[in-house]
Amino acid sequence: MLDLAQLVIVGLIVGSIVGLGAMGLTLSYGILKFANFAHGDMMTLGMFLAYAVVTTVGTGALGPFSVGWAMIPALVIAMVGVGVYAAGVDRVVYRPLRRRGSSTISMAIASLGIAIMTRAVIQMEWGASPVRYASGINRAWTLPGDLKIRPDQVLIIALMIAIAVGLYLLLFRTRLGKAMRATADNPALADISGIDTERIRAATWLIAGALIAVAGVMFGVQSQLKFDAGFEFLLPMFAAVILGGIGNPWGALAGGLIVGISQEASTYWIPTGYKTAIPFVLLTIMLIVRPRGLFGSTV
Amino acid sequence: MPDALLFDPAFLASLSGVGNWSVGFITTVAILGIAVLGLNVQWGYTGALNFGVAAFLMVGAYTTALITLPPAGDFQAYRFGLELPVWAGWIGGAVAGGVLAFIIGLPTLRLRRDFLAIATIGVAAILRTVANTTEGFVNRARGLNGIPGFLQSDFTPSEYRWVLMITAVTALVLCYLLVRALTDSPWGRVLRAVRDNEATAQAAGKATVPFRMQSFVLGGMLMGFAGALWAHRVGTIAPDAFSDLFGTFFLWTMLIVGGSGNHLGAVVGTLVVGFFWFGTPLIQEELPSGLGSQVFVIRQFVIGLLVVLAVLLMPRGILPERSRVSRWAPAPPGRGWLARLRRRTSPAAE
Repeated sequence: MLDLAQLVIVGLIVGSIVGLGAMGLTLSYGILKFANFAHGDMMTLGMFLAYAVVTTVGTGALGPFSVGWAMIPALVIAMVGVGVYAAGVDRVVYRPLRRRGSSTISMAIASLGIAIMTRAVIQMEWGASPVRYASGINRAWTLPGDLKIRPDQVLIIALMIAIAVGLYLLLFRTRLGKAMRATADNPALADISGIDTERIRAATWLIAGALIAVAGVMFGVQSQLKFDAGFEFLLPMFAAVILGGIGNPWGALAGGLIVGISQEASTYWIPTGYKTAIPFVLLTIMLIVRPRGLFGSTV
Repeated sequence: MPDALLFDPAFLASLSGVGNWSVGFITTVAILGIAVLGLNVQWGYTGALNFGVAAFLMVGAYTTALITLPPAGDFQAYRFGLELPVWAGWIGGAVAGGVLAFIIGLPTLRLRRDFLAIATIGVAAILRTVANTTEGFVNRARGLNGIPGFLQSDFTPSEYRWVLMITAVTALVLCYLLVRALTDSPWGRVLRAVRDNEATAQAAGKATVPFRMQSFVLGGMLMGFAGALWAHRVGTIAPDAFSDLFGTFFLWTMLIVGGSGNHLGAVVGTLVVGFFWFGTPLIQEELPSGLGSQVFVIRQFVIGLLVVLAVLLMPRGILPERSRVSRWAPAPPGRGWLARLRRRTSPAAE
């Protein structure tokens, strides 16, 4: 039973990462109306932008964590960098397609091309071998009941909660959030009500990029970075999005936690090698039983 | 590079001289062309977004390997090993691809179209996981070696390259004629109707989901067949060779650049994109050293760029889909410079 509880803690960490990434994915899915297959590689970009900052500034370990203060500017630069990148891609690729009235499917195909290009650029710039933000061991804390958790992992969960609260405030307490929800609901209606929908779409990309960058940095804090690390998260993130209902950020976060926890906890019963299949199994069950998601699709 | 086994350019470049390179290149293009034709049936004609082509190639390749290999030896662990002739493996590969398409299609084909994309990309990942993880099934990451070639024992290695090429090209031509005949039929017209306006097709009394399923299975069979041909051609297959980038996205680029909805376009796209992909290693030596070492990544970048540019600037591809749906339908007035020239030179045709 102890092992299972320990696995659930690990699952919570993975779930936080998947959930944050999925929140960004579901926002862009709900407002831009297409499945962005470049989302995983945008995550990798976030990881490596932070890595670039960390390697230039250096990261002194802070207290019990394996990373230091340098992580804060690194995180901010990654968020802004990926956000601007995503908005830039929209301006150059997706916006002309929208203007022309292309189908959302051709945007999905274009996003595949963006994914391949992004990954190739990351590989050119940072090479193909895995790297880390900081070397050294992150000694685990022992929780009551003899459960172990590393300080870095506590940091990840705290960050996940902070970002989720921040996104809630943004979506439900600001005019921008209201406009975003209106655009997701009915773009044409939003447009004639005087909302600059193109500006909303740009803002959506900025937010989605920032969210996925946080997920990437969170992943990087506790694992090795590799040029295809983010792509591995694409399927879990899509599973979380569909689980939660497309366009529903809270659903995506809950879906991410469900995906992460069930994926890690499954290793209690089945060989570890199969755990990457769990998100897919959840996805398939969801598609058969309730394709509109557990919580329905609304922003 | 784990992908080396499936699409290793060095494998092509190592055959000395451009003449020899061409033989290998044409064989490769012919085999991949069959898979791209399959994708054209699924996407070009029916609008089914299959982002898991690698899974179908993989299933075809592994099925034929298990059918034609002898039973597992001392240091191997795989099932079956029926030691049947190669043609039985081809059939097995095609059937396996069709069965996989049916299984994927059942839950997803009636849902929104992008769900199929997500599901197929997942299936490819799962099949790689299963092949890599399951003990005693397909020899895990070590892969399957020594897959017999078609008629290989009857020829010397230098002759055999030509036999391979002729086999592959013949297979491509037969598949091309088959899909053309099928899609030019009333059945093919329904597929295009389902793709362009499903509601109208339903209103006209067509059960659209079965049509989508039929086309998805046909495409899956072609991909499975291509995978089987590939396995017998290279002789060695491993799970990681069927990566998303090479097994799926590379073929998508071929179809989109060539012109989805046009079978000849699919083949031309395979040739053009394939030439770029397999040709770059030949000029690698000529490039400045900094660029030369990055050539494989740059090539990957260009594949992505081609997809984006094609969607943006040339959404109909090199050879666009013909708008005339039947040879019995009246011919639309010709477009383009050739038709204009023809009209000018022979006024009687007006």
